[in-house]
Amino acid sequence: MSTLDTTLHADEHAHHGPAKGLGRWLFTTNHKDIGSMYLWFSLLMFFIGGCMALMIRAELFQPGLQLVEPGFFNQMTTMHGLIMVFGAVMPAFVGLANWMVPMMIGAPDMALPRMNNWSFWILPFAFAMLISTLFMDGGAPNFGWTFYAPLSTTYAPPSVTYFIFAVHMMGISSIMGAINIIATILNMRAPGMTMMKLPLFCWTWLITAFLLIAVMPVLAGVVTMMLMDIHFGTSFFDAGGGGDPVLFQHVFWFFGHPEVYIMILPAFGIISQIIPTFARKRLFGYASMVYATASIAILSFLVWAHHMFTVGLPLVGELFFMFATMLIAVPTGVKVFNWVATMFRGSMTFETPMLFAIAFVVLFTIGGFSGLMLAIAPVDFQYHDTYFVVAHFHYVLVPGAVFAIMAGVYYWLPKWTGHMLNERMGKLHFWVSFIGVNITFFPMHFIGLAGMPRRIPDYALQFADFNMVASIGAFIFGLSQLIFLWNVIACVRGGQKAEARAWEGAEGLEWEVPSPAPYHTFATPPRLPESLQ
Amino acid sequence: MSARGDTPRLVRRLVLGAVLMFGFGFAMVPLYDVFCEVTGLNGKITNTGPVATAEADTARSIKVRLIAVHNEGMPWEFSPLEGVVRAHPGEMRQTAFVAANPTARDMVAQAIPSVAPAEAAQYLHKVNCFCFERQPLQSGESVEMPLVFVIDRKLPEHIRSLTLSYTLFDISPEVSAVTQDKKEQRL
Repeated sequence: MSTLDTTLHADEHAHHGPAKGLGRWLFTTNHKDIGSMYLWFSLLMFFIGGCMALMIRAELFQPGLQLVEPGFFNQMTTMHGLIMVFGAVMPAFVGLANWMVPMMIGAPDMALPRMNNWSFWILPFAFAMLISTLFMDGGAPNFGWTFYAPLSTTYAPPSVTYFIFAVHMMGISSIMGAINIIATILNMRAPGMTMMKLPLFCWTWLITAFLLIAVMPVLAGVVTMMLMDIHFGTSFFDAGGGGDPVLFQHVFWFFGHPEVYIMILPAFGIISQIIPTFARKRLFGYASMVYATASIAILSFLVWAHHMFTVGLPLVGELFFMFATMLIAVPTGVKVFNWVATMFRGSMTFETPMLFAIAFVVLFTIGGFSGLMLAIAPVDFQYHDTYFVVAHFHYVLVPGAVFAIMAGVYYWLPKWTGHMLNERMGKLHFWVSFIGVNITFFPMHFIGLAGMPRRIPDYALQFADFNMVASIGAFIFGLSQLIFLWNVIACVRGGQKAEARAWEGAEGLEWEVPSPAPYHTFATPPRLPESLQ
Repeated sequence: MSARGDTPRLVRRLVLGAVLMFGFGFAMVPLYDVFCEVTGLNGKITNTGPVATAEADTARSIKVRLIAVHNEGMPWEFSPLEGVVRAHPGEMRQTAFVAANPTARDMVAQAIPSVAPAEAAQYLHKVNCFCFERQPLQSGESVEMPLVFVIDRKLPEHIRSLTLSYTLFDISPEVSAVTQDKKEQRL
């Protein structure tokens, strides 16, 4: 498509707003509409997955079996993991990318708007299929979100086939979303915006998108192998037929480890946008942030077997994966120090997005440190599959990825809705969430070190008190998300009128357009403002 | 808008990348086998078939422990005839495992071997082993399954004992599914 052609096309559209009725959402190719749909979908999944988590925590409130059958408990842990990873965190980041990437780089829309529509509309079908397994004979998948063979092949419930197709669909959606983001960032930047002037949210998403293209097909491959083992008599993972269940773990974690960075790198980007705004300083060490993100992404392909220290790796393998994993702490440390240095001697104010961003830096670092403890191969034999692991990855995912998403939503809400947030309610949400999340997950470190295994519906008596504390915290955290929902809806419906530059210290092209952002922005390429040149 | 690059070409390359990575997922299967074979990890034994007879190294005597493991739900009786055999490197040794099918149905089993320490796997030659083939047993039938092996003279000095373990898998459902398919094809 030639430049002239596209400009005419965009101009012609600028004269009318969105279509009316349901068709607007079904057929839209507008990045803002699609971004909103991704974000609402993700919020819905967050609440569904959250209800499952609360069922788990309610059962674990006291030792003994009180509320649910052990089989159903296993379905809950599995579905909670799958829905939160693939339904809540990943679509939320894609939604933020859809909304913000074109506006940050001065592009009129995503590079491939029709494919964008398709990548979103696959998701509701994939998750409807996944959730429908709860009502099938034999129940939903019950083998954990990591679906290790042979639990997910030989001993799986019949619904596993629906699970496999749902994963295929999510994978296709993610790959298309990633292709779109790469094409947009590489080809549609405003004149003068060189790669090293790109906002960090775009940089981290660009790198994440390459990770997605590299590993989502491997996930598709591993579920396809499962499908063939289950239905076509192959023996990829069946030792009786010459296969190897450990192979499953290798292929899965070759996907799985980059996947955890897919869920955190865009969070790094969001935090790198927010902290400079509220510290009223330029981001400290922009270039080192870019290189650190790229190093984390490259290293993520070399550490997968640290999830498998106990399967019987040779000593050399244990040492290699242990040191490679610890190496990741270096670029991650660079990032944390850069954020702290950005805040250092800044004129800081503590609006809701900044509170979430600071909590992210502190709590993500705690999660990072427990990750370093798990990286030590000899002690991992003690920690493996205990609640310590659960504490670790919830610290990096909940006050990590989820807090970053909430920070991003609060930060950009004025741009989306044209209204400022009710700060009092925002701060209330922050403090209740912050306290709730720590009450939930901090005690899990202790019960994990004391030896409580993960994914069990009943436990020994000595773990009782900490489990009760964790369950109380989980309900505080879960219910506090209703305040979030209330905040978002209230901000959409009304509130103090937002300026184009909604936050005093905000820099970037997205703050040059009015709030709320018009349906079509940057139909003609913008000139970069002074601060970005 | 400034189209900096050729978007269709970029998209084609990215799609190609995704397709190649899908292939790579499957390529990990043979790569894994090759890796295990080269390093001898996983205790898989690849040296099978006849060997050239060599003079036994009587100065060394290696203790070989034989272990029989039932995979989950496998009801057969399965045990080694001798729990421990001693063998000189280079010497051909014969022993056997005993299996019996106490159930009321005809079954087929497959034994999967493993050697510990993994380092020793590449020095163990199996001349003949029941694990080469499937073992069908009718209800109530029992069988003595032979095993003939030679430990390579090149076995490193520090290995004084090794363990040869067999896990017995029930593969009757798979076998019957295949025969069922064949019957259906014939019809």
